[in-house]
Amino acid sequence: MAFDDNLLPNTPRKTKVPKFRLAAYLVIPLLAILFQVYIPRFFEYLSYLELPLLVTVYFSIMRRQPIAGALIGAVIGLLQDSLSHHPLGMFGIVKTLVGYFAASISQRFDVENSALRFILSFFFFLFHQLFFWVMASGLLGQQLEFQLPQTIIFAFLNAVVAVPLFLILDRLKTVEA
Amino acid sequence: MESFLSRYRNLTALLLLIVGQLLLLAYQVKGQGDARLIRIWAVSAVTPAARAIEWIRDGTGGFFAGYVFLRNVQQENQQLRAYTSQLKLNNQFLSAELASADRAKVLLEFRSRIPSRTLPVRVIGTGTGANSRVFYVDRGSADGVKRGMAAITAEGIVGKVVASYPAASLVQLLTEHESVAGVISQKNRVRGILKGRGRNTCVVEYVRNEEKLEPGEWFYTSGADRIYPRGLPVGQVKQVREGRGGKEIEVEPSALRGGWIEEMLIVLDGVHDLIPDVQAQADPAISILPAPPEDGSAQPVPSATPEQGGPVQQTDADKVREKYRRLGESQGFAYGASPGRVADYNRPVPAAIPPPKTETVKPPEPPKQ
Repeated sequence: MAFDDNLLPNTPRKTKVPKFRLAAYLVIPLLAILFQVYIPRFFEYLSYLELPLLVTVYFSIMRRQPIAGALIGAVIGLLQDSLSHHPLGMFGIVKTLVGYFAASISQRFDVENSALRFILSFFFFLFHQLFFWVMASGLLGQQLEFQLPQTIIFAFLNAVVAVPLFLILDRLKTVEA
Repeated sequence: MESFLSRYRNLTALLLLIVGQLLLLAYQVKGQGDARLIRIWAVSAVTPAARAIEWIRDGTGGFFAGYVFLRNVQQENQQLRAYTSQLKLNNQFLSAELASADRAKVLLEFRSRIPSRTLPVRVIGTGTGANSRVFYVDRGSADGVKRGMAAITAEGIVGKVVASYPAASLVQLLTEHESVAGVISQKNRVRGILKGRGRNTCVVEYVRNEEKLEPGEWFYTSGADRIYPRGLPVGQVKQVREGRGGKEIEVEPSALRGGWIEEMLIVLDGVHDLIPDVQAQADPAISILPAPPEDGSAQPVPSATPEQGGPVQQTDADKVREKYRRLGESQGFAYGASPGRVADYNRPVPAAIPPPKTETVKPPEPPKQ
């Protein structure tokens, strides 16, 4: 009996991997971090927007390679760390995991779907905040408060922003390998 | 081994990345070290962008304020020219008042008033991370700013410098977790430790339940933390109640009450000051009238005017008006009569000039028959 790959539940989806210009990989994360650093000065309510996280999720699900996703997350996270007052590695570790899991999920699901992108953004924001809180409490001994209702609302808001943002970033795709 | 690594290539790469960052984290936390070079690179890379954004924002704001809004001001001025000289005088007065309310002037005035040596700084960005309570200011180690220096405004203490880079510094707000300050209450001299908790208010700990403290009482810096000089306002008690290990006191920092801070002072060389005493506030509904005349003649309380030669009871508005009158007269400037010309209000106020006497017009004498 011949097995068809498509019938096997553990087989990753064989889809085309979109490519981006190198400049997009450099400029977009930088812009996301600059946004987070400077825009809340003028619009304080936008400080809850985690654009670096959304960019990490986007590039990871587009690359569909867990190693690439982890690397993208690590670089963006460390850059974010270097502009924060936390020790280097806090955002780095969390975003490394986010990148890795996002890329792993993209191998199984159709990440071009807007509804799925919304769910992924919502879930990864929650994961990001929760894991950061765990690390700050466990590794640094900080007594931070984790306010679940507030975090859920922010996760929803970030997911709402993520859908149009991802559609805009889709336009930067050059070729699909 | 090689086949194991290639089989679990993804997991191995993830573990390497995580372990690498954990080691970096451990180096910083345990060794009290800091990967300063990476931070300097990152901050130095984004600081020019911050200055550019600030420059564009200032320019845009200046364009609107200086051109678009100026057209309205011009039209308004055309209407105002038709008004009486009294309205023009009021206009000048209000403009001067508005100018004196400028934040920078307030800060500079505060700076000249306190004994500590300070450096004015401007906020150019916030820290990364959602709900971040740190921000970047435009002066760094090149200007003498060092880690651990206090950041203050005229309203109270803001926070402290947690990192200093050549062209910028990172200031942590008082409300951030791990922020602490030694404080003392103004009225009852209760000492405690103010701690941030990631909200808009702070708590004061280590105050015994026996101590007396009231809502609304002010806390000042005690100087015990060696960061904030003694005598700077911190905030008012919002809520106080007895707890298990001591009083539970919630304080609202006065400097952060007004929302976003644009400018502040970094204390380069702190000098302790006195805690101001509580002044009993006069009830505006109660006033003491002058004593009645000894001869018992019931005279109405004279509303003395300079014309009458009696003692002048002036309000603040009268004093400002008198000041502008003196300035105008010393420069030969007549309010309302010199369109397009403005008196120089920066000159020192001349000595008192008697007000122009109002010539009383005598009624015409009846023709002698």
